[in-house]
This record gives sequence, structure tokens and C-alpha cells, in this order.
Amino acid sequence: MSEHHEHTVLADDPRLKLVDRAMKRLQYQPDALIEVLHTAQESFGFLSRELLAHVAACLKLPESQVFGVATFYHFFTLRPKGEHSCIVCTGTACYVKGSGEIVHRLEKELQVRAGQTTADGKLSLGTARCLGNCSLAPMLTIDDQVFGPETPIGAETKVRQLLEGSDDKS
Amino acid sequence: MTRAELAELAEKEQVQRDAKKLRLLVCCGTPCLAAGSEAVVAALRQKLAESGSPAELEVVGTGCLGPCSRGPLVTVQRKGTPDMVYERMDPQQAVALLDAYLAAASLPQQNLLPEDLPFFRRQQRVVLQTCGLIDPEDIQQYIGHGGYEALAQVLHEMTPEEVCDGVTASGLRGRGGGGYSTGLKWQLVQKGTGSRKFVVANGDEGDPGAYMDRSLMESDPHRVLEGMAIAGYAVGAEQGYIYVRGEYPLAAQRLKTAIRDAERMGVLGSRVLDSNFSFRVDIRIGAGAFVCGEETALLASIMGRRGQPRIRPPYPAQSGLWGCPTLINNVETFGNIAAIFTMGPAAFASIGSGKSRGTKVFALCGEVCNTGLIEVPMGMPLREIIYDIGGGLPGGAAFKAAQTGGPSGGCIPASKLDTPVDYEHLQELGSIMGSGGLIVMGEKSCMVDVARFFMEFCLDESCGKCVPCRTGTIEIYRLLTRLCNGSAAARDLENLEKLCHLVKDTSLCGLGSAAPNPVLSTLHWFRDEYEAHLTDRRCPAGVCGMDVKPLHLMAEELLQRVVASRVNGEAF
Amino acid sequence: MSAITLTLNEELVTARQGQTILEVAREHSIHIPTLCYLEGLEEMGGCRLCMVEVQGSARPVPACITKAQEGMVVATDSETITEYRRMIVELLLAERNHTCAVCVQNGSCELQTLAARLGVDHVRFDYLHQQLSMDASRERFALDHNRCVLCLRCVRTCDAVEGAHTWDVRGRGVTSRIVADLDRPWGESVSCTDCGKCVQLCPTGALFRKGATVGEMVKEREFLMRLLERRRAIQGRQS
Repeated sequence: MSEHHEHTVLADDPRLKLVDRAMKRLQYQPDALIEVLHTAQESFGFLSRELLAHVAACLKLPESQVFGVATFYHFFTLRPKGEHSCIVCTGTACYVKGSGEIVHRLEKELQVRAGQTTADGKLSLGTARCLGNCSLAPMLTIDDQVFGPETPIGAETKVRQLLEGSDDKS
Repeated sequence: MTRAELAELAEKEQVQRDAKKLRLLVCCGTPCLAAGSEAVVAALRQKLAESGSPAELEVVGTGCLGPCSRGPLVTVQRKGTPDMVYERMDPQQAVALLDAYLAAASLPQQNLLPEDLPFFRRQQRVVLQTCGLIDPEDIQQYIGHGGYEALAQVLHEMTPEEVCDGVTASGLRGRGGGGYSTGLKWQLVQKGTGSRKFVVANGDEGDPGAYMDRSLMESDPHRVLEGMAIAGYAVGAEQGYIYVRGEYPLAAQRLKTAIRDAERMGVLGSRVLDSNFSFRVDIRIGAGAFVCGEETALLASIMGRRGQPRIRPPYPAQSGLWGCPTLINNVETFGNIAAIFTMGPAAFASIGSGKSRGTKVFALCGEVCNTGLIEVPMGMPLREIIYDIGGGLPGGAAFKAAQTGGPSGGCIPASKLDTPVDYEHLQELGSIMGSGGLIVMGEKSCMVDVARFFMEFCLDESCGKCVPCRTGTIEIYRLLTRLCNGSAAARDLENLEKLCHLVKDTSLCGLGSAAPNPVLSTLHWFRDEYEAHLTDRRCPAGVCGMDVKPLHLMAEELLQRVVASRVNGEAF
Repeated sequence: MSAITLTLNEELVTARQGQTILEVAREHSIHIPTLCYLEGLEEMGGCRLCMVEVQGSARPVPACITKAQEGMVVATDSETITEYRRMIVELLLAERNHTCAVCVQNGSCELQTLAARLGVDHVRFDYLHQQLSMDASRERFALDHNRCVLCLRCVRTCDAVEGAHTWDVRGRGVTSRIVADLDRPWGESVSCTDCGKCVQLCPTGALFRKGATVGEMVKEREFLMRLLERRRAIQGRQS
């Protein structure tokens, strides 16, 4: 995709209005960068270079500073995410109870590395440093729904059901 | 709203509550929600509607009750009888409870938790006193339990200096890990000069295995807000920020609702409770960086920058947000404030032991029967927490170690089970109180592997500003990896210890200087395990793979392969 | 400005209120190794090489940023401190690729000088062998990430002295990298003014002038203080 093409797409994108509205509400304060990035990621699913350039220009911030902030925090992603997401908690309680095996199983069976998205763009597999549901250890979330205690096979079955479900719809 | 109106509302709420003959409180904390408590609430509400919504009955979706592994939990409150708690309820069972009541039959005993369960009996709930009793999204219920009364008292009866003195007298210390005297901190900010002052609640709970702050923010958001408002009055700040970890969307949403309701009620916003004090609170959502739990990094993050710590002094109390004096306390610390003034500083100080006063909330998890959120007086021996409240390890398995303080803490061995849990004693053992994660480990856990787990966490969360933390943590991680896969050499253990001391002594911030603690404490208490990995190439717990040969054994290995190939006539 | 007295390496010295330990030490010709520190730039305290021992402090403190105080007892060297400094240099050498023999900065590199001075003759830690890229897209200058020690002198000078803020850091921890604008090739940067300050202040061969021989690579750093003094003079004239 050429830069010019992406640029025209961004300017016409209705989602950009959400970001612009957020910046206006925050009075274009440079200090509000992280909140603006939260809104931008919520609206677009990820932060493209063009979007970051737009935010930098509106908040009158150096582009490199915006880029530095966007890449410092693990919440922000510069690449599009998969249609569905599965996040396995690897906090201490989950680790002690075997969340590593769940990650290995999912990586192996679904052909995707943790932190990445499957080739067909259907699923992003992620790990988290404690989602604060330690009593459910080992736990995971699938599209923000919490499951636990979970087994490697159980997790795989749940993810497969989800992926098959979305295939049927499409 | 005036103070008299607040008292009136509280009384009205109480009368209404007392008029109910049966109240069903369904725990809607995240773990219980995951176990299906939403369906339980829906089924109960439907049943109520079908029976014509009798005024004497009520169903409330509450915040976290504590024993999270037993969810969904339903508390039955009946006039004149002690509360009954049912565990693992499904919608049918819950409806059966209602049916039994409506048919005037005795309530079923199935799934009923024994009344004298040590899990509840041994706890002392100060911060969590209304968690699990009220609907966190209903400010009136909080007020009905005496909420915002402490704020009213402080605003109308005390000077800011008196408030600071009260907090000092209570002996409260920071619950985020450091353990600095909260009262002294308040006094510092109060005396600080600046055009503006700020109050910040640190809810960036990043320790893996800890969720006290999340539960508090989700289950009783007004308690945190009330504490912040009192702090604002005491130090002279009109603006507060509450920094919520990005992984906790429910907490952020409930706080948002709480702030809106509190402003409508006039207990926050301009002219709080008809006084001259104004206080606004804004939420800031974290974006996934453990280091933002460090106060200077947190301030950078609130100001929209990379969450990197800076050297102190100046401390935030002198120069914090936008160069102004800023008070930063942990969410749980703020949760203690209202109680200090309702019960009185002296009464608060009578709880606890030694220099550690009050209670502490722990997230008890790992290999223990009753996982969940507990609050105990400071100084309770570890053994009582794990065996009485936690019910010991599943299947009566042997206890090996308890990890406190997350990646900044250490492991406490079985020989120290009788240690009172307070700031000083934990520090003596090479661990820290931390924010309150308490993870129990049995014989199946390998201490070297646990140390490696925490070091991986630290290297991933290092901000990269200073060299020892940025590069030292990854080198420590590699040494631990070698120990775990069997390829370590004798000098690796020596280098490991040296590196740990370097990182501890020379890192810029608390994250870095505490990063080696899990290694140093396991090296201290479980050195035999490290040596077994190194000299015998054996993992006593059977966790580590040990499938890589150390370099110095390579020559021998090659020779063996050559000899074997000669004998078998095959090329190797 | 009031004067204070402190003990520096067992000798009583006087200093002005507000001076850092490093400034006092330099005035008294006591050498404290530094890397990220550069007079004229805001202190960062990141390299931890200038750590010194202060009596009563549980941990060593960074001399570049810690203010000297009345009655302070400072030791700028000790067995522990020297060992720590050595380890830090070793960690830096292990972190990225610092092969002096093939480096443009060979012979006039601050990291190399530090290593020689501290007697670092081998590195006892694992080389991380990061395969990093090189950016030679700018007409006059080039950036080699393999030689970068993340002292951030370039970031600080570009922001505070030149005012362009072309440079910043992406990522965190060991994956931190210097980036220009939105991580574009330096040659495509629109904010960069080609002033070359960052190149002159870079302590290693990470930022260098293209087409210069190793002999010509000696970097001139005096311009920074001259520039800042001129600025102060102009500001004084305006106000």
C-alpha cells in the first residue's frame, strides 16, 4: 500500500472523527497523548504510522516522541490484530499452575506464536503478565470472556470452536 | 448536599435495608462473573418479578466477597439470623433458595459454607468492610453503610493539619510496597509550596499474582474516592488522578460511574458537602507497563510520556505533576483512610503489630485450597494465613515456599512459616510486603525456575533507561536459563551472584534495584537446589528440562560419539 | 551563593551550594568515569558509571545528579565501585556489537577509553549478538545501531539544544532503539536539520560522518558549551 493511498484512506475514514473528537475534548493538550492513543487504538484496532503522524500534528508533538510513547506501552500495537483474540495469563499463580503448557499447546496446534496473529488473520494469540484473576489459575480470556481454571486441551477446544463459529458466519 | 442531608440519606438507606426480610447478595467480582454469577442474578431477578416483586425481598449484585475459587457466591441475609454464604451456586440452586423462602420452608443446606469457616473468621475487614455487601455502582448503598461520613467529619470538624496528624497517629504505612509512613508523606505535601497540588491514586497493580487493588476498585470504588478526597483536603489539592491499570476495564468503568454519581451527590466536585473545599477526580488508564507502578514513572505516564522513572530527589511530594507538589498513594492506602477517621486513629493503630499497624489485604493464590482475597491484621504468622485461612495445600501436599512481593519480593521457606507477616519481618527474610500478592508453592515448584520466571518478567518490563537493569536483567536471565537447561558451568553461579548485587546496588529505580530479589532470596534459602542444578545437573522438583550439555562436557561427548560410531560402524 | 564543606576521598573540600558531586570532583581534578553525562545537557543518570559511595547511604549514588551537601563524606573509588564500573562496561560491550577493530570510531571512542581505563580485558557475560541494522540514508551522516549505548545524548541535544526533536527512543528495555521521526529512515526525516550536533556528541561510533577516515573521526564537543553561553548572552540582551 503506498503512503499516499493510505493517507487518502485515513482522511476519509469515519473512525478518524472519533479520534479528532477526543483530541478536541482534551483541548489538544500534548499531555493527553496516551488518552488520545487509547481512543485511536479503540477506533482503529491498531496505530498506523499515518494515524500517529496525524495525532502528532494535532497535538503539536514531535513525531519521534509520539512513536516513542506508542512503542513503550505494550497495550498499543502498530500492526492490525486478528479477528479474535485469545490471551493466556502467565502471571505467577497461573505459571505455577501450568499456564506455560497451555501456551505451548495453542502455539503448536494453531500454528501461531504468542504475540502474533495467524496467517489468515483470524486469531491473535497473546500472553499477559497477570490479568488479576489468580483464583481462576490457570486462566485465559477469549474475546474478553474469562475462562478458568483451564487445561491445555480445553483451551484448544474453546479456541477451535470460536474459529469454526466465525467460519460458519462468514 | 449538606452534612445533615448525608446523614439523613444514610439513615433512610438503613431503614429501607432493615425493612427487607430477605436479601440475596450475589458476588459479581470478576472471578465470580467468570463462574457465571451474572446468570444467577438474572435468574433471581426473574423469579422475583414472577412472584410480583415483593417489597420485602431484594437481590443485589455486589463486589468481591473473597473466597474467589468457590464462586459464584450468594450471601443470604435474613432478619435476625446470621448471614449465610452459599458457594458454587448455579441459577437453579439460587432460585431454589428463593422458592424455599417463599414457601416458608427452611433454606437448603446444600452448598452452604459452614458458619465458622476460618476463612472468614480469621479475617479482619477494614479496607474490605463493605466489599461484597454493597452494589459498587450504587452510591446510596455505600452511603447507607456510613460512606462519606468520614469525609464530612473531616471537612467540618478538622483542620488539614489535624487530618495529617490523624493519619500519622494511625501508624498507616504505604500499602504499595515501600511502607513509607503515609502521614509523614501527607505532611510533606501539605507543607510543600506550589501554585497547585495534586493527589494521585496508584492503581497500576502490575505484580503478577496480585489483584487486591483491582478488587477494591471494582467492589468499593467510593471508598477509594472518599480516601482521595480526604487526602485532597488535608494536603490542599483540588485535583486528583486515579491511575488504573489498562488490564482492568471493569475497574475503570466502575470508577467512572462512581465519580459521576459522587459529583451529582455533591460529595465530590465543587464545594464538597457544602464546604469551601472542591475536589475533582479524573481517571487515567495505563497502557501496559509494570514500571509505571514506580511513582516517578507513573507521573511521567499521567503527563502522556514514556513511563520512565527519574532519579529522586526531588520526590513527588516536592516536585511531581507539572512540577507541583504531588501526593501519590496506593489505592489500598486510600482505602484505609475513611476507616481511620470513622474508628479513630487510636483504634486503627491498635490493630497490627510492631511498626506495622492496621490490616493488609492479600491475594492468596497458587497451591492453596482456599484461594481468594483476604484481609488480616498485620503481624499474623504466615502459617495461620496459609493453613487456617487458606486451608493448606490441596491434598495435604507439603509446603515449600511462599512468594510475596511479586517480582520485587522473595520466597519464604517452610522453616520460616511462623514469621509474623509485617514490613520488618518480611524484609529481614529478604522479601518484601509488596502490594500483597501471596503465592503458595508446593514441592512441584522449582525455585530456580521460579527465579527465572520473575527475571523474564523484569527484563521484559525494564524501561531501558539505565544499563544495569536493561542489560543486567537479561544476563541474569541467561545465567538462570543455563542452570535450568543443564548447561551451566561453575563460574556461572559466581557471576550470577555478582550481577545480582550490581543490579541491586546500581539500578536507577525501585524496579531495577528490586529485580534481583527473587534470585537472591532463593539463592539464600534454596541454595541446595541451585547446586543440584549445577553440579548434579538435576532438578529436584522435576520441572527443568536439563537437556543441554555444558560446554566443558562437549569434548567428552564428542569423543563418546566418535567411539560409538567406530564401534557401530556408523558415521556420527 | 553559600559555600559548603564536604569530604571527598578523605580530603576536606569546599564547594558551592547546588553543585553536584561530579562538578566538585572535577574542580578538584578527581576523575569519575561518565558516559551519558555531558556538561550542558540535562542529566539523565542512566549509565550508572559515575556511582560513588556516600557515607550513610545504603546504596551508591550517581555523582552526576546528586548534589553535594554540607558534611557529606564521599568516596569516588573503592574496590566495589571499581568492580561495578567494570561490570557495567562489560554489560555495555556484551549488549551490542562493539568490535573496535572495524569501527570508524576506533581510537577516539569514549566507551573504548573507559574500558581501557578500567582495565576491562575480557567480558565475562554472554554476548547478546543482536543483529541490528545500519541507517546510511542521510546524505552526510550515518547511524549504526550496533554501536549505540543508549546514552541519549543525541536525543537530549536534538530536543533541548537544536529544538528539532528528530530523535527519540522506541520500545523499551533491551529492545530500545533510537528512532528518527516515526521510525523512518534518517534520510527521509523532515524534522532533521542536518546540524550534526548529535553526531559530534555521540560517544561511540553509532552516529558518524560519512566519508571520513578513522583519523578524521575525532569528535569536537566544545561547541556545546560555547553555543549555550552565546544563547544565554542573547537572552540576557533581550530581557
